Amino acid sequence: MLNVNGISKTFFPNTPNEVRALRNISLQIEEGSFTGIIGTNGSGKSTLLNAIAGTFIPDGGSIFIDEYEISHWSEYRRARLIGRVFQNPFAGTAAEMSIAENIVMAMRRGKTRPLTRAVSHKMKAEIAEKVGMLNMGLENRLDNPIGTLSGGQRQALTLLMATWLKPRLLLLDEHTAALDPKSAAKVAELTSRIIREEKLTAMMVTHSMQQAIDLPDRIVMMHRGQIVEDYGKEEKKRVRVADLLNTFDRVQKRELFDESVSELIKEQYL
Amino acid sequence: MNLIIGAFTIGLILSLLSMGMLISFRMIKFTDITVDGSFTLGASITAMLIISGWSPWLASLVAFLCGMLAGSLTGILYTRFKIQEILAGILMMTALYSVNLRIMGRSNIPLLDTSTVSEFPERVLVNLSDGGSKLSIFGWSVSMMDLAVFISSIIICSLIAWLLFRFLLTHFGTALRATGNNRQMVRAQGVNNNAMVIFSLGLSNGLVALSGALLAQYQGFADVQMGIGMMVWGLASIIIGEALVGKSSLGITITGVILGTILFRLLIAIALRWGLNPNDLKLVTAIFVFAALVAPKFFRTMHKKFFKSSYHA
Ligand SMILES: Nc1ncnc2c1ncn2[C@@H]1O[C@H](COP(=O)(O)OP(=O)(O)O)[C@@H](O)[C@H]1O
Ligand SMILES: [Mg+2]
Repeated sequence: MLNVNGISKTFFPNTPNEVRALRNISLQIEEGSFTGIIGTNGSGKSTLLNAIAGTFIPDGGSIFIDEYEISHWSEYRRARLIGRVFQNPFAGTAAEMSIAENIVMAMRRGKTRPLTRAVSHKMKAEIAEKVGMLNMGLENRLDNPIGTLSGGQRQALTLLMATWLKPRLLLLDEHTAALDPKSAAKVAELTSRIIREEKLTAMMVTHSMQQAIDLPDRIVMMHRGQIVEDYGKEEKKRVRVADLLNTFDRVQKRELFDESVSELIKEQYL
Repeated sequence: MNLIIGAFTIGLILSLLSMGMLISFRMIKFTDITVDGSFTLGASITAMLIISGWSPWLASLVAFLCGMLAGSLTGILYTRFKIQEILAGILMMTALYSVNLRIMGRSNIPLLDTSTVSEFPERVLVNLSDGGSKLSIFGWSVSMMDLAVFISSIIICSLIAWLLFRFLLTHFGTALRATGNNRQMVRAQGVNNNAMVIFSLGLSNGLVALSGALLAQYQGFADVQMGIGMMVWGLASIIIGEALVGKSSLGITITGVILGTILFRLLIAIALRWGLNPNDLKLVTAIFVFAALVAPKFFRTMHKKFFKSSYHA
C-alpha cells in the first residue's frame, strides 16, 4: 500500500552542521496494518513521517501510495490520501476557530471548498453526534474556540479530524507525548479504537516502549537515519519491553564498537 | 449637520478599506502595506475611466479588479519568491506610485460635473422633494447631493459587509480564516495555503481600491498622494472597532470595523474643527495606533506589578 524506496534526507548539506537525517530508507507498509516506529531521539522518526507527508521533498528515492507516485506532490495535495496528528497538540487545529469550524475543515479534507455555508444546523447535529463519542462533553461546546480546550481534548479532536474522512494512510507522530498521563492514555485508547474500527492503515511514532508493544502489530526501530530492526506480525507477538531495550543497547554498543575500531584503525595508519 | 453627514459618508466609504484590511491583517494575519498604493490605484483608475465617459459603476468595478490584481502580485512576491511580507508590500506600493502617475498622466485629476455612483439616489431625492436642492431635517438644512451620497454609501457599505460576512462563513471562507490561524493545519487539510494567501490579499486590496474609487467620486478628484497613510488609518479604525464591540463573532467583528471607521472619521472631523492642523493629522493617527497597540500590554504589566500578591494567594 505504502512503498518507500531508498529515500534520503540531509539537512544543511556540505556545512559543519550537516545532519544525515534519513539514510537510504526503504519500507513497505501493508494495507490495513498498524506500524509502530521507535528509536532514540534524533534518529529520524519524525523526518521519515514528514517525508511521507510531503513537508519536504527528499534528496533521492521515491514514495508510492497505491499506484500513485507521490514523491513530488506538494504537502497539501498528499493530504487527500494522508491524515496526520502531530506531537504538538496545538499544531493540528486552528485555535481561534470554533470546534465545529475546525471539524468542517476536516470534513472536506482534500476536496473542493464550495461557496456554501460551512456550518449548518444539520451538519452541527452530525458533528455533535460523533464528537459525543469522545465522552469529553465537547458536543455542547461546538461553538467555543478550540483554543480554549486542553491539550488532550485538542489532540482527541485532531485525531477525529484526521480520520473523519477515511485516510488511505494515518500518520501519528508521538501524538500522546506532550499530554499528561491520563489524557495520553485516553488518546492512545481512542487511537487504537478508531484504527481497528475503521480498519485504517497507520504508522505511529512513539517514545513509549509499552505503547509500541500494546497498540501496533508491527514495530520498526530506527537509529541514525536507518531502520535497524523490524519486528513483523508473528515476531512482534512475542516481543516484550525488555527485548526492545536490549536491542537498543545492542545497537548502541555495536556503534560504540564500530567507532572505537575506526579510532584504532586511524591511530595505526596515521 | 453637514459636518456630521460628511464624516459619516467618508467613514462609510473608508469602511470598505477597513474591511479589506480586516481580511489581510486580522484574517490571514499579513501585514500588508500594498494598501497605500492600491487605494490610490482605485481612485486613479476610476477618475480616468469616468472622465473618458465610462459609467461610474463600471469604473468602480474595474478599480476593484485592478486592486485585486495588485494584491495578488504582493501575494505572489511573498509566496513564490519568498520575499518578506513587509518588503513585498513596500515593493508593490512603490511600484504602484509610478503606475498611478502613469494612469493619471499627472498628479491630480479633478472630477467636476461628472457622474458618480450616487447619481440615481440623487435624482430620486430631487423628484421626491419636487425639484428642490435642499432638504430640512430637524430644522437643519441639508443639501440633496450630500444626502444622496450618504444614502448610496450606506447601501454600498452594507451590501459589501453582508457579502463579506456570508463569504467568510462558507467552506472557502472558513479555510481562508484557518490559513491565518495555523498554516500547518490548513495544509494538512489539503488546502493550498499559498494560493489562499494570494487570493486573500487580492480580495483585500480589491476592497481597498474600491474604497479609493468611491472616495475619489465623493471628493471630486483623484490625487496621487491620497493613499499615503491609509494603512495606518485603516488599522486605527479596526482597533477602535475591536475596542467598541469586541470580536466575539464574525458579524460583530465586521460591524465593529464599520463603526470604528465612522467613529474615527468623526473624531478626526471634530479635531479638525477644533483647530487641529491638517498637516499633523498623520502624526496624530500614528501616535494613536501606537498607543492602541501598546496600551493593552502596558496595562497588563501594570496590573501584574500592582496585584502580584493576589496571584500568589
Ligand atoms: N527541519 C529541520 N532542519 C534541520 N534539521 C532537522 C530538521 N528536522 C530534523 N532535523 C534533524 O534531523 C535529525 C532527525 O530528527 P527527527 O526526525 O526529528 O528525530 P526524531 O527521531 O527524534 O523524531 C535530528 O538531528 C534533527 O536535528
Ligand atoms: Mg520526533
